[in-house]
Amino acid sequence: MSAQHAGVSERLACRSFVLVAALLFCAPPARAQGLVADLTSHLIAITTGFTGASVVLFGATDGPGDVLVAVRGPDREMTIRRKSRVAGVWVNTDQLTFANVPSFYAVAASRPIEAILPPATAAFYRLGSTNLRLEAQTPAPSAVTDAFRTALERVQQQAGLFIDRIGKVDFLGERLFRTTIAFPSNVPTGTYLVEVFLVRDKDVVSGQTTPLVVSKVGIDAAVFEFAGRQPGFYGAIAVLTAVVAGWLASLPVRGA
Amino acid sequence: MDIYLPIAEVSLDIFVLLGLGAAVGFLSGVFGVGGGFLLTPLLIFIGVPPTVAVASSANQLVGASVSGVISHWRRGNVDFKMGYVLLVGGLAGSFLGVWIFTLLKRLGQVELTISVCYVLLLGTLGGLMLIESIRSMLRLHRPGAGRRRLHQHNWMHGLPLKARFRRSRLYISALLPIGLGFVIGVFSAILGIGGGFIMVPAMIYMLGMPTSVVPGTSLLQIIFVAANVTVLQAYTNRTVDAVLALVLLVGGVVGARVGSRFGTRLRGEQLRFLLALMVLAVAAKLAFDMVQPPAALYSIASEKG
Repeated sequence: MSAQHAGVSERLACRSFVLVAALLFCAPPARAQGLVADLTSHLIAITTGFTGASVVLFGATDGPGDVLVAVRGPDREMTIRRKSRVAGVWVNTDQLTFANVPSFYAVAASRPIEAILPPATAAFYRLGSTNLRLEAQTPAPSAVTDAFRTALERVQQQAGLFIDRIGKVDFLGERLFRTTIAFPSNVPTGTYLVEVFLVRDKDVVSGQTTPLVVSKVGIDAAVFEFAGRQPGFYGAIAVLTAVVAGWLASLPVRGA
Repeated sequence: MDIYLPIAEVSLDIFVLLGLGAAVGFLSGVFGVGGGFLLTPLLIFIGVPPTVAVASSANQLVGASVSGVISHWRRGNVDFKMGYVLLVGGLAGSFLGVWIFTLLKRLGQVELTISVCYVLLLGTLGGLMLIESIRSMLRLHRPGAGRRRLHQHNWMHGLPLKARFRRSRLYISALLPIGLGFVIGVFSAILGIGGGFIMVPAMIYMLGMPTSVVPGTSLLQIIFVAANVTVLQAYTNRTVDAVLALVLLVGGVVGARVGSRFGTRLRGEQLRFLLALMVLAVAAKLAFDMVQPPAALYSIASEKG
């Protein structure tokens, strides 16, 4: 949420830092460049008629191998509540806060992840919605944390924000690949990272990270920003608009 | 056709929203209540976050009440003095209500409190109205029963600060409408309702106002209470979706027209009987939901990032 309020320069600086960090993290020492990839668009604009959007990721590898794509929304702090029965009524009783929950997560691969990577490697690169390493902010017994974590993953999956069904990366010939990343209408705003990995012999040999910005634009962005910056004034305008609308609504009665 | 709501952060079908506005507008046209008590649960049902639903209903209510008051005022059915006295209590009450709402939101019990309040309020009022309307329908069939007195004298008439309300033909303590307004102000902030369905029976049965001036006067003070709630919610919780409110209003206008035309064909006690049934049905549904095991035990409470 805060990302879209950041200045352009700040955003660029942040983006290039992430790029450098990602390259340092991902690039193996042996190969300098194993793959290149890019998106057809680096901006998803949420307008009044927004019903979801999709972006095509395309690229090339320097030889045979499998390609894995992970799309990660900005991290958020999320609090999960659990209901239990108190005197016959269902009440929120327990809660747990996770500090680093990606607001969106989707994976695409040329073959199923289990076939390409051993579980330990997949976990290391945080690939797959069960490998996100969600950590509770306050210490809790691991059984409790696990129950809440599973619930959080399920809630996010149901909302279409953790996409469990792994998408398909298609190869066109041996070296060119493409995949379509679809975003639902409730996609959270912010700066996303699209990570592309090249896998050979059950190991990640190359990687690249591309940013993608999801942002409200036009009147919706203006309304949202105004409501956040000038809440009192926004409230007053909301009331005034309703008063005028109500007054206009009563006008034709006079003629009738 | 979907429309993206900037504060609720969801896309919803604009025709569903217009239809919802029209349905609630129809009911408010028929019964002279704001309809917030139905609108908020319905909005939550179609996927608007509960906190946004509460705040945006209040915003929608401002517009709906303005047009309602104007049409009642043309017929001379608004007691402005009574409205302003109710308002003093109402504004004070809505400050307390928004404060309670913020507190509950932090504790994670907003939804439960909203449901419990609804069940208690709707259940009691619906029950009372049902009994009263059935009684008066039966009384019509016995012409010899004679006229009831305008109101009984009890402890309420011993209170100080007596004032004359000319249009309501009442000489009562100003503390009564102030107290009534206060209670309704608290509820309207917590529940996102204008309190019309509490106010209307309370004005008739507790204050003893003539039925004809009740809806207009009730709506008059609802404008201000709802406006105050909207500003306070926007300021403290940032949950007012003006786009949502406006779409609902557009549908509501059409519904209210049709509704008021329909309402004039029904007799007073028939109206109250139908309203009572509807109110009881909503209460029963909410009570059932509280006791029934929920579909999801876990829910996301808040996101920050």
